[in-house]
Order: sequence, then structure tokens, then C-alpha cells
Amino acid sequence: MEKKVFSRTKGLTEVFMRYCPGCGHGVIHRLVAEAIEELGVRKRTIGIAPVGCSVFADEYFNCDMIQPAHGRGPAVATGMKRVKPDCIVFSYQGDGDLASIGMAETVHAAARGERITIIFVNNAIYGMTGGQMAPTTLVGMKSTTSPFGRDPRVAGYPIKVCELLSTLEAPSYLARVSVHKPANVIKAKKAIKKAFQVQIDDLGFSLVEILSQCPTDWFVTPLQAVEYVEKAMVPFYPLGEFKTPEGKKEPAKAETKMAVEKG
Amino acid sequence: MPRIEVDVNRCKGCELCVVACPYKVISLSGKFAHTGYYPAAMVQPEKCTGCTLCALVCPDVAIEVYK
Ligand SMILES: Cc1ncc(C[n+]2csc(CCOP(=O)(O)OP(=O)(O)O)c2C)c(N)n1
Ligand code: SF4
Ligand code: SF4
Ligand code: SF4
Repeated sequence: MEKKVFSRTKGLTEVFMRYCPGCGHGVIHRLVAEAIEELGVRKRTIGIAPVGCSVFADEYFNCDMIQPAHGRGPAVATGMKRVKPDCIVFSYQGDGDLASIGMAETVHAAARGERITIIFVNNAIYGMTGGQMAPTTLVGMKSTTSPFGRDPRVAGYPIKVCELLSTLEAPSYLARVSVHKPANVIKAKKAIKKAFQVQIDDLGFSLVEILSQCPTDWFVTPLQAVEYVEKAMVPFYPLGEFKTPEGKKEPAKAETKMAVEKG
Repeated sequence: MPRIEVDVNRCKGCELCVVACPYKVISLSGKFAHTGYYPAAMVQPEKCTGCTLCALVCPDVAIEVYK
């Protein structure tokens, strides 16, 4: 008897995804959708769509969704989670959304240890608006606002979000993965599931950064784009786990009053 | 016989599945679909093992695998 060994998850709707051919967003949507479905939390999940190419993610995910202003995902997720603590709340964001306009929201939600999950899609560019430089654009990488390649003397260096957030005490799970090859897709799924599990177990803030390809605004074919992820992005943005709940240490509590020596 | 089914209404002909398949089962078809893309199709169906690697990388979740 023939068996279906791979089928489209119920975590996704039937809506046609309006992404360019070969865009990484689609695979990442599938992984998130499969994770919430397999963990049995889809019906109590609230997703937050960003501003960016995935602004229509509310149509693609088969769960409750909301679409706030650019970069405000973590703030809205905070509110959602605090009024509905039994819900599983995730914020899906691009690098422009998360690391430019929304950097303050991101860092403070992480610092407060909000019990939310952030799915951070790092494609090193502003996709939706036509390929401007992002905070994550690699040195030397061409974009419409760095036509000769990103020059660190003018634009500084790309921000490594996982490394940055790992200096904070509160985050429980921080990992960077990619989706440019089947083996990486399998690892990405594991990390995304783990991030949601951290939230289900009420262990605190979780974020997965996913290196993704944007063939259109990198001006390459989908096959060249996945090769670029492998050859240029992965060497600069190392893959792996940066913080896990197991490795988390509670910092020593400071006394509220300093002991004053009386003489 | 293991096989894949490509949803031609979703496939955008990106070729990521073509390079992901270890047995060169898939190629883009010569005729374009109503979407305007050349969809992926099995060209060596007898070589398919049902490993699902093609489906794992498909950004449009256009592939279903049977075994
Ligand atoms: C308040 C505000 N400022 C600027 C914009 C314009 N804008 C739309 S999407 C975007 C950046 C998108 O890049 P990214 O978040 O990396 O997502 P991608 O499209 O690459 O997935 C910008 C600057 C906006 N919509 N709203
Ligand atoms: S512009 Fe880039 S990120 Fe946006 S849909 Fe196209 S490939 Fe994807
Ligand atoms: S990976 Fe998916 S969208 Fe791309 S060619 Fe193959 S079936 Fe079509
Ligand atoms: S299931 Fe495996 S063998 Fe069959 S077409 Fe897909 S990648 Fe190739």
C-alpha cells in the first residue's frame, strides 16, 4: 500500500504564497507551521506578522495572527502573552524589521525575558522595499544603498543578533540555523521546535535566527543564492546554539541596601 | 514505487529540489504552467527512493512524497 510520507502541514493555509521563486521565507513558514502543529499548540497560538516581504504571513499561517507596525512585533507579543499567558505567542520578523527599526523592542523584550518566541529571518537585506542595505548586510555585499558593496568606514559592520542578545541574562534559548540545504533545514526545524518547547515549558525568552536567501534583491538565481548563504553568510554568521535553558545560570541577586560600615 | 507529486499551481521553478535530489530524479519541465513558471517534474521516476529531500527544501511546499 502506498503511503504519503511527506504532506503539506495543516499549520499552513491553502493560500498561494506570494514570495519570489527560491525565497527562504516559504521553507521557514513551513517549519514554524509544522512545529506548532506537531507540538499540539496550533489552536492556542498567536502569530505576529512583520512589515517586510512576509507582511502577508497572517494569510499563510493557520492560527490566530496579528500584523502590527514595522518592528513592533516583540512589543505586541509582550502584550499578547501577558494578557493571554496560556497562548503560545511568536513574532516572525525580517532583519530590517527586527534589527533596524525594531532593535529597541527586540533587545528589551529579550532583556525582560518575555515568554515569547521570535523567528528572526536574516536575509541580509531589505527585501520588500527593493534591496536596501540592512544592519545584517555583509561587508562588501552590494545593495541599492551600497552599490559598491558595504563599506565599514561608512556603514559599520553587520550586527550578529544572537551574539548580541547572548550577553543578556534573561534569554533562555538563542540559536542560529539556515535553510539552504536539506541537512540545514532538518536542523532548523529542530531549533524552531525547541524554541517553542521553551515557551510551552514557561522557561522564558526564545529566539531562532534563520539565515535565508533573497535571490531577487541579491540579483542572483535561487541556486546562486543558496550557494551565497553557504559561502558568504555561514562563515560570518556561525550556526549553532548560543544559549540553552540547560546552560542558563541565575545571576547572583544584589542586596538592595549596601552594608555601610559605621566607624 | 516511491514517487513525488508536484503541485503545478504552487511550483515556481526555482530548481532547489532539482539540486537537492541525490538521484537526479527531477528536472524542470519544458512546458510552462498557467502561473508562467516551468514547474518541476520527475524525469527519472524509477530512481526515486522517497527520501523527501526535495520536499524539505521546496520553498513553496509544492511537493508531496509517496512511498
Ligand atoms: C514605519 C515604517 N518605516 C519604513 C517602512 C518601509 N519598509 C517596509 S518593509 C521594510 C524592511 C523590510 O526588510 P526586512 O525586515 O529585512 O524583511 P524582508 O522584506 O527582507 O523579508 C521597510 C524599511 C514601513 N513600512 N514602515
Ligand atoms: S524580495 Fe527577497 S525576501 Fe522578498 S519575497 Fe523576494 S526573494 Fe523573498
Ligand atoms: S523546489 Fe518547489 S518550487 Fe522550486 S522547482 Fe522544486 S517544486 Fe518547484
Ligand atoms: S523523494 Fe528523494 S529521490 Fe525522490 S525525487 Fe525527492 S529527493 Fe529525489
